[in-house]
Amino acid sequence: MARIGVFVCHCGHNIAATVNVEEVVEFAKTLPDVVAAEHNLYSCSEEGLGSIKKSIEKNKLDRVVVAACTPRTHEPLFRKTVELAGINKYLFEFVNIREHVSWIHAKEPQSATEKAKMLVAMGVAKAALLEPQKEGESSVIPTAVVIGGGLAGLTAAASLVAQNIDTHLIEREARLGGNLADIDIVAPEFRKSKELLDEMIEELNASPKAHLHLSSKVTEVKGFVGNFEVTTDKAEKIPAGAIIVATGAKEWIPKDEYGYGTVPGVMTQMDLEKRLAKGEKPKQVVFIQCVGSRQPGREYCSRVCCNTSLKNALRILDASPDATVSILHRDIMSYGTASEHMYRRASERGVRFMRYGLDRPAKVSRTQRGAAVKVFDETLDEDIDFDADLVVLATPMVAQNDSREVGKLLKVPLDKFGFFLEAHVKLKPVEFATDGVFVCGAARWPSSVSESMSQGMAAAAKAAIPIRRGKVVIEAITAQSDPDKCAACGNCVMACPYEAIEIVESEGKRYAKVNEAQCKGCGACVAACPNDAMQQRGFTTRQLGAMIDALVKNAMEET
Amino acid sequence: MTDFRPTILAFCCNWCSYAGADLAGVSRLQMPPNVHVIRVMCSASVKPEYVLKALSQGVDGVLVLGCHIGDCHYMTGNHRTAKRMPLVQSVLKETGIDEKRLKLDWVSAAEGEKFQKVITDFVQDVHKLGPNPLREVRF
Repeated sequence: MARIGVFVCHCGHNIAATVNVEEVVEFAKTLPDVVAAEHNLYSCSEEGLGSIKKSIEKNKLDRVVVAACTPRTHEPLFRKTVELAGINKYLFEFVNIREHVSWIHAKEPQSATEKAKMLVAMGVAKAALLEPQKEGESSVIPTAVVIGGGLAGLTAAASLVAQNIDTHLIEREARLGGNLADIDIVAPEFRKSKELLDEMIEELNASPKAHLHLSSKVTEVKGFVGNFEVTTDKAEKIPAGAIIVATGAKEWIPKDEYGYGTVPGVMTQMDLEKRLAKGEKPKQVVFIQCVGSRQPGREYCSRVCCNTSLKNALRILDASPDATVSILHRDIMSYGTASEHMYRRASERGVRFMRYGLDRPAKVSRTQRGAAVKVFDETLDEDIDFDADLVVLATPMVAQNDSREVGKLLKVPLDKFGFFLEAHVKLKPVEFATDGVFVCGAARWPSSVSESMSQGMAAAAKAAIPIRRGKVVIEAITAQSDPDKCAACGNCVMACPYEAIEIVESEGKRYAKVNEAQCKGCGACVAACPNDAMQQRGFTTRQLGAMIDALVKNAMEET
Repeated sequence: MTDFRPTILAFCCNWCSYAGADLAGVSRLQMPPNVHVIRVMCSASVKPEYVLKALSQGVDGVLVLGCHIGDCHYMTGNHRTAKRMPLVQSVLKETGIDEKRLKLDWVSAAEGEKFQKVITDFVQDVHKLGPNPLREVRF
């Protein structure tokens, strides 16, 4: 008989506002093998974890079920806690009653509570059949690959090289620097971007640890944390322990919005950067913010465009103090103290800020002198007309055209806009759910220079962890076969995507044998086995069968 | 019949559809509370026996959700699922169980809205089918 403890988390109001946590606890107490059940305000807090440990000791628990959030973020924490209390960490089962219950059934507290009970019953049924497991280890190739040589990738590579880690930087263009190479001055310090880039590129060029692959594209990625192999279109095969995705983003180019391409002087921010770099001194400039962003189809705020317009407004005024600069915006997003300061300076210097609505965008037309802009000012409640030598469209950063292909190569997810999706914004920033693959910079979301740099450093620090440790733990969810049941049919051998299974012969008996170091724990062989001889640890047919039985027993009898 | 509340089981793969379900939660996308998720590492590990076991005991519907074809964390696992589940459906049909009680679909980690839609639609479909007749003849 197992001795199971069930801990139901309130998660503050996140769960308890919908699910009747006390009722779930009382129900849990009636389940087979459950010897203790309690609820915690936050099971993951020091206090919550402490009370789990206390209960393990007091009630001599040998298995723990926590009903709280998602195993994808919190399983390691609870596994560690039970391990500290002397229980093998594979004798822990997670039940998700937040993402899968309270948050998605917020208006049906009673049904949500019933569903939470079912899921707890299923979790308890599985827990009773869990077995202690021993984890394996595999070695780590002490090399990192950084994909993308823009600012984030350069920063990551420089940071890895500084830690004496062999780093391959793969950039598809012939030059390094990405978007930043086309930007003259960076805000809010008004530093030449060239200085910033040259410093880093020189560092990399000087280091024997840095290996630059310019005009190269990644065509294939095989393997897993510690043992990747990255192939380029130049047929180079690079073994690596960790991979950083720093493929960046690009400026969205308008089609014909606001006279782009038809009215002279209408340009994007990147066009303006090039003109200002050449020393051009425009006298009448109108910036239009949120062109192509924060609207249906591209709902997000690109975050960097307001600061870019503020920066360029100040530069234009520095070059010609009598210039007239107007910024037509929907909201100025100059977050952060330095940027806020830039906004204040722009106001003091006479930049005119005018708020327009999405339903009444500005109109740009051609005049004999250049361009004319008409906008409905929401504050003044009237139309305002401007003459302009330059009309600068602040368009958003959008994902690279091939970001989905890169995502497929690496088996990592993207959001609906084509930006890479990290595992968890707060708990696992710059990490993917896939171990050993990291992300930084604008590939993840439009980011400023300082954000790209700090993310590059963060990704490098994370990537260095397995490389420095020299080995990674293999989660004990690999498959095992039972030689007594195995008929050596070979179905599993064919089903395995990793060639981890072979038919061996021992003492006159032929059977399938799993090479644990090669097994990735997908369970394809389990479903392919006609004899139930192949089992995946932590997901055995008996364990999953017990979950189905528990659902049937509790849900069917209830109705 | 009006108060028929289907009991549905869903197998979600750890990397895509379970993450998609989590995203639906994080995004507070509301959906009917009839679906109970079992997390597996890959949809390719879902044995036909699980589906048969659930349906033969009266569960009203079974969902198998994996990564989109081409996105499988284990390279080709979902190719097997894509071939296997239609076979299971034909077995169901053969034995007189409406094959629509089993549904296979793909939900990526970024598709919280798709998860919501798949769940909502399937609950509706199963509702239309009515209670699993095998509810009454459990053995």
